[in-house]
Amino acid sequence: MDVFIAIVQILDSTIRLSVPLLLACLAGLYSERAGVFDIGLEGKMLVGAFAGAAAASVFHSAFLGLGMAIVMSVAFALVHGFASITHRGNQIVSGVAINFVAAGSTIILGQAWFQQGGRTPALQPGERFEAITLPGASAIHDVPIIGPIYSELLSGHSILVYLAFAMVPFTWWVLFRTRFGLRLRAVGENPAAVDTAGISVAWLRYRALICTGILTGIAGAYLSMVQNGGFVKDMTAGKGYIALAALIFAKWRPVNAMFACLLFGFLDAAAIRLQGSPLPLIGKVPVQFMQALPYVLTVILLAGFIGKAIPPRAGGVPYVKER
Amino acid sequence: MAQAAIELIGINKSFGAVRANRDINLEIARGTIHGIVGENGAGKSTLMSILYGFYQADSGEIRVGGKPASIKTSNDAIALGIGMVHQHFMLVDNFTVLENIILGAESDALLKKSIAKARSELERLEREYGLEVDPDAIIEELPVGLQQRVEILKALYRGAEILILDEPTGVLTPAEADHLFRILKQLKEQGKTVVLITHKLREIMAITDNVSVMRQGTMVATRETAKTTVGELAELMVGRRVLLRVEKGEAEAGAVKLAVKNLTVKDSRGVTMVDDISFDIKAGEIVGIAGVAGNGQSELLEAISGIRRAVSGSVMLDGKPIDLTGAADPGELRDRGLAHVPEDRHHVGLVLAFEENENSILGYHDDPRYLKGPFLNIDAIMADAKDKIEKYDIRPGNPRLKTANFSGGNQQKIVLAREMEQDPGVLIVGQPTRGVDVGAIEFIHKRLIAMRDQGKAVLVVSVELDEIRSLSDRILVMFAGRIVGERGPEATEGELGLLMAGVERQEAAE
Amino acid sequence: MSTPYAKLPAWADYGLIPLINLSVAFIVAGFVVMLVGENPFRAAVILVEGAFGKGTGIAFTLFYATTFIFTGLSVAVAAHCGLFNIGTEGQAYIAGLGVGVVCLAFDSVLPWWLTFPLAIAAGAAVGALWALIPAYLQAKRGSHIVITTIMFNFIAASIMVYLLVGPLKPAASQAPQTRNFLAGAELPKLNWIIELFGAKIRSAPFNICFLLALVMAFLVWLLIWRTKLGYEMRTYGHSPKAARYAGISETRIVLIAMMISGALAGMMTLNPVMGDQHNVAIDFVSGAGFVGIAVALMGRLHPVGIVLAAILFGMLYQGGAELAFEMPAISRDMIVIIQGLVILFAGALEHMFRPYVQALFASFSPRSVGIEAVKGKGA
Repeated sequence: MDVFIAIVQILDSTIRLSVPLLLACLAGLYSERAGVFDIGLEGKMLVGAFAGAAAASVFHSAFLGLGMAIVMSVAFALVHGFASITHRGNQIVSGVAINFVAAGSTIILGQAWFQQGGRTPALQPGERFEAITLPGASAIHDVPIIGPIYSELLSGHSILVYLAFAMVPFTWWVLFRTRFGLRLRAVGENPAAVDTAGISVAWLRYRALICTGILTGIAGAYLSMVQNGGFVKDMTAGKGYIALAALIFAKWRPVNAMFACLLFGFLDAAAIRLQGSPLPLIGKVPVQFMQALPYVLTVILLAGFIGKAIPPRAGGVPYVKER
Repeated sequence: MAQAAIELIGINKSFGAVRANRDINLEIARGTIHGIVGENGAGKSTLMSILYGFYQADSGEIRVGGKPASIKTSNDAIALGIGMVHQHFMLVDNFTVLENIILGAESDALLKKSIAKARSELERLEREYGLEVDPDAIIEELPVGLQQRVEILKALYRGAEILILDEPTGVLTPAEADHLFRILKQLKEQGKTVVLITHKLREIMAITDNVSVMRQGTMVATRETAKTTVGELAELMVGRRVLLRVEKGEAEAGAVKLAVKNLTVKDSRGVTMVDDISFDIKAGEIVGIAGVAGNGQSELLEAISGIRRAVSGSVMLDGKPIDLTGAADPGELRDRGLAHVPEDRHHVGLVLAFEENENSILGYHDDPRYLKGPFLNIDAIMADAKDKIEKYDIRPGNPRLKTANFSGGNQQKIVLAREMEQDPGVLIVGQPTRGVDVGAIEFIHKRLIAMRDQGKAVLVVSVELDEIRSLSDRILVMFAGRIVGERGPEATEGELGLLMAGVERQEAAE
Repeated sequence: MSTPYAKLPAWADYGLIPLINLSVAFIVAGFVVMLVGENPFRAAVILVEGAFGKGTGIAFTLFYATTFIFTGLSVAVAAHCGLFNIGTEGQAYIAGLGVGVVCLAFDSVLPWWLTFPLAIAAGAAVGALWALIPAYLQAKRGSHIVITTIMFNFIAASIMVYLLVGPLKPAASQAPQTRNFLAGAELPKLNWIIELFGAKIRSAPFNICFLLALVMAFLVWLLIWRTKLGYEMRTYGHSPKAARYAGISETRIVLIAMMISGALAGMMTLNPVMGDQHNVAIDFVSGAGFVGIAVALMGRLHPVGIVLAAILFGMLYQGGAELAFEMPAISRDMIVIIQGLVILFAGALEHMFRPYVQALFASFSPRSVGIEAVKGKGA
């Protein structure tokens, strides 16, 4: 039974750890499916985390915090659009720039406004998103097997967790069942086809980036207002890049993205759980090995050794009208 | 007299210094198939892009159905009932046929109604025009002919009354092309207007009612198809440019330098571009390959020069084979005395961001003359560049100037100077004077003849018929990847034009 | 039409436009300073004084600049071959392993002047190898080099953390770093040069690596503009088609360019490890690889420009430390913002102001922007 409880606990923390990855990964999916590479997921998440925690603690409202996280993250997404869509700049360079501006400005502004070494004040109840207990969770807690799964694993998460997982079918629906999704996928594959069909390539790509901004904003808010009770500098710690890896791993598909993020979240959860203790058969696995595994897997995938990850065809190339 | 579907009045369009369209007037009658012919770069595509709202004319007026129309975007054109099938299909390859057809013309945000409507529309169009295609097939899994059909359906679905097709048969097999023509005739019978842009005269004669000829950005003539001949059109297309004929003596052909046997080359899409070609070039002669662009000349040049792999056949240089598997190293071929002036000097023959002197060694940068150990011998390179500048009268005469800042003619001289001064046994030249000013043309031609007189074997590929006739000792005509005829330099323009148009000898005799 | 921006005089191209871009980056940074309630002009004065006001400041500025010269050159060499090496950070980090092992092995037996060349070779070799894998995957398997080098940064970090909290850490120690090196792996300081000019230096890590960096800058210049290899790299970087025509092997040139880039990144390690800390510690690179991107872009990929840009960033790092002391609201992270803004305006928005500059030039003297040349062209 202990093993079972341990598994439930690992899976529970898998869910918690994969949520920011999932939100950021879906964010990247919108922009890359529209043909705009975005290695600035990390920076936009960080901006969202800071703006969210700062606004929540100043206005004493979790929802205002979330709103501000989204607004600021979208603003950074628009800068990326301005550079890479309007001015046809290098999308990678622009993404790198955004990551730096985000990393620096969150610390500088945090220190200037709150004087706590780049942190925002610890969020009070009501300023952060609390866990939601699903109906009947305590009632069936003691039922074997189902009890722990329902009350530990499924119940007791914040609204943003449920939102993140709800975003998976929603994103699938948007991409594959709506007019916006059809056009968005088209512009990532062949912008000239979209242009000759009388649709503005630039405006479509801007809208995709706005979606990206909204989701990275929520991802950031989750980090600072759910997982942590406030903003800590550099709190994204490379999650934006893991999300990018997950996106490639998922071959730019929403449901795959969920599984990729759960896998990477699980590796993280297991690494924390196993710290030091040996695994049966394998023996002691260094934590760092588990941490590096998402990146190693992505490189192997990219090299075409396990399937082939084919990015949207027009990705990374600014659209220039040609004869 | 049918009412005009489209009138173009005084259309002008320039790209930088290039005037792509000059004062174009054109009237297209409703319910007809109207052909527009002209050589590559004559301005046909530009004109149609203006009509489709992809470009804006600098001046001039467009009337659709008798009313002045302002076409600023493709949307405006679509709203006016103009549809276009582009030369390079504007399709999303991993979408289904249905998705491609509704893209941009979806009536509802959730697509349910759009998809239902598109399905029933497709069925109707299929019935009316025989345009069968599986609506749920993925585009990239369809053969090219069917992809093109989807493009036509896209236009019809948007209610196009006027359909423009830009070089529609370039990618089709003859059978597919015949099918396309049947469809176009059917469209005409239903009252649609079709504009067919092509450089293939046979197609024009086969299905158009009227034909307009463009040359160098101007509209030179419009004829009723029934009252003209292929010969007349060919002459109008090529025109009688005033070109000084370069004086040259009789060729004194020597031993075979380059022998091409049964060469077959495919392009990246797997389409056969060079189809079982054989010919040879002897020392001291210029062999010209005439043909309309896109008939396999580019691929032929690339295969011989080691840039593109060949599927089968052989090429012998001085009696020894060239490796055609793609492992052939252009550098090695240079060492063996094969010099190549490529067609695309902007992206292949030169690095425009380089200084002139740097481009003067491109491809020969391995030559010990230009090196001191691993280092470039700057003094030698500069002296060499200055020497070539003088010999070839390259202006401005500054070897440190960025190549992009030279004019087209001088850029071409940089390439020619580099390749000719290596004293190669075989020189192959693609489009020797494309985009080159008149003064430089004569200079380049004289140089090529001087090479011949020194006993080099020279292969010239050009879409300029005049140039081929003026330079060549023997003329080979390429059409659809094959050599369809060999003529002497005395061959007439009309005769060659017919061969270039793919007209068989019997037809030509009619 | 393929080079729409080729019509400005060279001094405007290489001087004026970068200056405008840089100025805009600093103006935006000035607004951030205002946002935190400080005076941007006073901040600028403190920054410059902190960097160049005293001998110690100058020494620190040049110490930081040394690191950035290496990483800037690393990014630039790859960029000349058309490759975006975003993995300089990881290549430098993992090279700490090579340098560290050499130092730990020889610091008790060899004098510094023998350890140093061995360490240079080891750092360069490890950095080059770490760049070789992404290069191979790009040339042979078509994996996007930007993504693979990002992944390799994280993999390098994991390996280094594993080694520094495990095998390389002395058993008795708690800190995640190697033992301190002995004198045989400590590089001589260059502070005396600054003292020659009468300045006083308390203690600063400005060391002999600065000279190595200048030598490397010269060698990179030599490589790019004076050797056959550099010629081939530039040809491929500008036009892969022209490279194919000229008989240059794509695989070979991509592998070589990335290995040189990785080697330069690896040499960066010498400066902090042997010149300053005298051990290999966790996160000793601390973003210098990414600064290299800003330095390379600002220096227009030319070694002279890179040395100047590296000194500018060294100034920002050193002056920024002083600034944090004088203006508590502004920490050294201000530099990270400036770095980001420089990358944004000198990189991604490089051409934003160009049309205006071109228009300005055209209105003054049509000849200088090549209008005459275009007219004379004709088809």
